[in-house]
Amino acid sequence: MTGFAVEMSAALNVVLLLMLVAIGLAVAHTRNLLTAILLMSVYSLVSAAWLMVMDAADVAFTEAVVGAGASTIILLGAILLTRGATARVDWRAMVAPALLAVITGGLLIYASLGLPEFGDPSSPANAYVGRMYLERTGEEVGPHNVVTAVLASYRGFDTLGETVVIFAAGLGVALMLGFGPRATLAPAPEKMGDHHVVLRVAAKMLIPLITLYAFYVQFHGDLGAGGAFQAGVILAVAVILYGLVFGLRETIAAVPVKAARSVAALGVMLYAGIGVICMVNGGAFLDYDYLFSPQVEAMIPANLLGDPHEEHHWGQHFGILFVELGVLLTVSSTIVTIFYGFAGRSIDAEEAKR
Amino acid sequence: MTEALHWIGGGLVVIGSLLTLFGAVGVLRFPDVYTRIHAASLTDTGGATLALLGLGLISGLTPETLKLAFIWAFVMLTTPAAANALANAAYGSGHKPRIGAFQIIPSDAPRETDPEDADRSSSQ
Repeated sequence: MTGFAVEMSAALNVVLLLMLVAIGLAVAHTRNLLTAILLMSVYSLVSAAWLMVMDAADVAFTEAVVGAGASTIILLGAILLTRGATARVDWRAMVAPALLAVITGGLLIYASLGLPEFGDPSSPANAYVGRMYLERTGEEVGPHNVVTAVLASYRGFDTLGETVVIFAAGLGVALMLGFGPRATLAPAPEKMGDHHVVLRVAAKMLIPLITLYAFYVQFHGDLGAGGAFQAGVILAVAVILYGLVFGLRETIAAVPVKAARSVAALGVMLYAGIGVICMVNGGAFLDYDYLFSPQVEAMIPANLLGDPHEEHHWGQHFGILFVELGVLLTVSSTIVTIFYGFAGRSIDAEEAKR
Repeated sequence: MTEALHWIGGGLVVIGSLLTLFGAVGVLRFPDVYTRIHAASLTDTGGATLALLGLGLISGLTPETLKLAFIWAFVMLTTPAAANALANAAYGSGHKPRIGAFQIIPSDAPRETDPEDADRSSSQ
């Protein structure tokens, strides 16, 4: 039965990868940018399914949320500002780029031949540090999801870098498109006809649920797939959905432009601040074992999480909690800021059309 | 008993998948936007319902069943709303139904005015 299951999973891999190739070719072939964006969304969804087959639940979750969800919305916002089709290019102009693409692709395929087998226990990724993480997470860090432990604790510095990258990306978009002050100039919503009532009712029912789910993903990240990056995107998507259905003016009343961009900075600051606190208390940067001084740690009741006899690493526990909170704040408000930037620009574009 | 439930559940999953596949065929084969939306949304909700029901029978009464019920509620809420929004947008941008008694465009009228054809020719 297990052999059959392995074969089925291999067959599923082949089918999903072929689908990915087909969608990639379709994206390259189509001239309509709207079609290309929607196909990219499908691509992300299929690759999320493929990652799920590969047992990489956290990555699959991120791919589904970011690739199929948020980036599709942002790209659709971008396409509102440009024309909907690619320009026709003479074939002679395409020779050099095509050659370059073929060479790069060939090199990548050649390099992939040198990669270890999937799941090979003696591969460098699994043998040294990776194995150590798996073996020692329980006693050193605590969370049941090793991915969370590696991401937020062992590799906390890398994750701080990722958070800064997201913040910088949001800043870059905001510098090009504006932080969204134009979004405050959104025209007052015209009296909406009754034909949008289904959408509004569905959105009203869904937005609280989506927000709740974001927090579930955030706080459940210690135990299962999920974490702050996914939760941040889901939270941002709830805001964007509100903006799409009820109009920009209402959204900005709920989540002001200034608040969005300050919270994005606040998240990075919270993350780095945790690291600095660890240094102040005598540890290394982001070494959560030093997050609390011994006096503070003694004040934490032993039965805070139920069982008083179980040994807890309170520094690690709260360090991961705060760090993930910082990531949540940065990711969600960065995406909302980007959305405001595009939305503000599309108001300009609509005025220019008139 | 569980064996029988597994078979019934598996059968329901297969039937649900087939229904979704028929929906995909319908999207490709049907003549205009509205019938295509109809094919996609109806088979999506139906197929998902059958598949989730089948998975629920396979998993038995566990927390997973509750999660499947949540997914079902989510699908039943989103897919029809999305189809409605899609049809609304199609109507707003001037797509006209093409078949049946609702045919507004006479069959011998020039097709250039139809935005769907304009989309199609620009995409190729």
